[in-house]
Amino acid sequence: MNFKTLTLAGLAAMLMAGSAMAVDIKLGVLNDRSGIYADLSGEGSVVAARMAIEDFDAAGKGINVEVISADHQNKPDVASTIARQWYDEEGVDVIVDVPTSSAALAVNEITREKGKIFLNSGAASTDLTGAQCAPGTAHWTYDTYALANGTGKAMVDSGYKNWYFLTADYAFGHSLEENTAKVVEASGGTVVGSVRHPFPGTDFSSFLLQAQASGADVIGLANAGGDTVNSIKQAAEFGITQAGQALAGLLIFITDVHALGLETAQGLVLTEAFYWDLNDDTRAWSERFSAEMGGSKPTMVHAGVYSAVTHYLKGVEASGDKATEGVMDWMKSNPSSDPVFGEGELRADGRHIHDMYLFQVKTPDESTGEWDYYKLLATIPAEAAFRPLEDGGCALVE
Amino acid sequence: MFELLGIPPQALFGQLLLGLINGSFYALLSLGLAVIFGLLNIINFSHGAQYMMGAFFAWMGLTYLGIPYWGALILVPIAVGATGVLLERLMISRLYHLDHLYGLLLTFGLALILQGLFRNQFGVSGLPYSIPSQLSGGQNLGFMFLPNYRAWVVLASLVVCFGTWFAIERTRLGAYLRAATENPTLVGAFGINVPRMITLTYGFGVALAAFAGVLAAPIYSVNPNMGADLIIVVFAVVVIGGMGSILGAILTGFGLGIVEGLTKVFYPEASSVAIFVIMAIVLLVKPAGLFGRAA
Repeated sequence: MNFKTLTLAGLAAMLMAGSAMAVDIKLGVLNDRSGIYADLSGEGSVVAARMAIEDFDAAGKGINVEVISADHQNKPDVASTIARQWYDEEGVDVIVDVPTSSAALAVNEITREKGKIFLNSGAASTDLTGAQCAPGTAHWTYDTYALANGTGKAMVDSGYKNWYFLTADYAFGHSLEENTAKVVEASGGTVVGSVRHPFPGTDFSSFLLQAQASGADVIGLANAGGDTVNSIKQAAEFGITQAGQALAGLLIFITDVHALGLETAQGLVLTEAFYWDLNDDTRAWSERFSAEMGGSKPTMVHAGVYSAVTHYLKGVEASGDKATEGVMDWMKSNPSSDPVFGEGELRADGRHIHDMYLFQVKTPDESTGEWDYYKLLATIPAEAAFRPLEDGGCALVE
Repeated sequence: MFELLGIPPQALFGQLLLGLINGSFYALLSLGLAVIFGLLNIINFSHGAQYMMGAFFAWMGLTYLGIPYWGALILVPIAVGATGVLLERLMISRLYHLDHLYGLLLTFGLALILQGLFRNQFGVSGLPYSIPSQLSGGQNLGFMFLPNYRAWVVLASLVVCFGTWFAIERTRLGAYLRAATENPTLVGAFGINVPRMITLTYGFGVALAAFAGVLAAPIYSVNPNMGADLIIVVFAVVVIGGMGSILGAILTGFGLGIVEGLTKVFYPEASSVAIFVIMAIVLLVKPAGLFGRAA
């Protein structure tokens, strides 16, 4: 073997080592970057996706991931236009996050049509893994069933039987109201009425007074983000909580509690998939996240993006390419494991299953520092937290 | 039980009162817009952002400098008004000889920049700002619980609105101002500094927006989008009232707040569009607006 052959052989070996796995992936984070959900998803989800890619050492394993992002403004039409353009023209392989159920359902349809992968963390509608489930869709963090099952059941069990709903008038609000009403009735409570408010709203006092006049024990807030913040603030202002009616925030993120301040938010019971102060792993991960996000702690949506992207990258590594079917098969037949969500699994209908947590917001006296907001009331085990596989009506479930 | 229009009278009165409270924000904001448009012919699209700045300045004053609510109520409009004066001198005054559209585009762009800056700095979830302790609690009126703070909002905005109307329509200074917009050269010839008067008027309009922002801070969460959400409605109010009509802005502001409040009872889903439906009807019947003078 002369020098030339040796060099060539060496070169070839190096090339092969490099190309043992050379996959180029384009990952698009599509979410609200300017509106009322920008803090709970927004740039934080991009940071979480990047952290997942770094922690997985994707580049070292020959998987080159490029992350792009866009603002869907919480509008389904904007979301579909971007998704279509990403898939058709920009060569995006996987769309991540997409809060706002109406926008997520639109992206879900386009993803199905194009045969791509959609890792949803931010949206809540159970339809994503029910009637409209798709082969390439994974619904990661939470859904209206899990929220209703957590907060709704806990409130009825503590004696709040009669419910009145304040509902955001779009897919998410309707789904959350419907799911919670079912849980309330199944647990022995009743629903005395509901009012649907335009999304997004500013002044909720009219609706709150209608809720108050209904005489219900508890007002269920089937809205999110800034709408929930303003509803809670105004309920305190109008003396609704002082007069004995309870508020059930069906979807409250830690950023909302931060915005309300503990003085107003104290005592609220809420359901989350993640809290930064759960264990050493979540604390360490959240600290790194905070360092990149100007000190604010991650929401469960951010954690969900991290967890979903991690599991997806494992799927790509195991199947050796990015073909949707192979990656999704691997993801569904192997348990997920990461520092933020711990152990979990991705079901046949695309629902990711993990423990959920019931928290109560601390009083200002109980809190020992900034972002120390929750005390754990109960851990809802994965099997009990989410809608049973056979109840969703998903066509992928045989 | 005795019912009025299908709902108990107590609930109806409650909603009317709530409508009046929201109307006071519409009135204050549309008043500022009407003053600026009526006297300067500038469609001030950054009005919502200036309202948002009012709320943020109040929060910053409290957080960084320890200025309480009552101090903010006076200092913040002055501070934000001063930024308005600067803006008018540096940019807007260069556009007076151009079409309305240029002023609209400039102020719209500024609004987007301001919102972006505040969004980057403070996020969108909002910041907590408490109701001042003197005004916490409320009165039980029998048909509803009226928070003291909301009563204060109505009172403060009524006083400011009618004070402004009086100053412009009934005082010598107001007469100069109106004359200056009709014929600046002639008024200037009488030794009155017209450009300065115009600058101060813009500053005053901006200060009104900031005043509304401080009033709003304890009720709504202080967030960068608060002005953008409101400004379109306020523009509709100004159009319905008649562009530039001071009295029209005030009366339609309160009136439409009440109409919106009632929509929230009878058909809540439509409450965000009710005002635009009215705007469409008014424009069809009376294109200059309810109180506007036909050009």
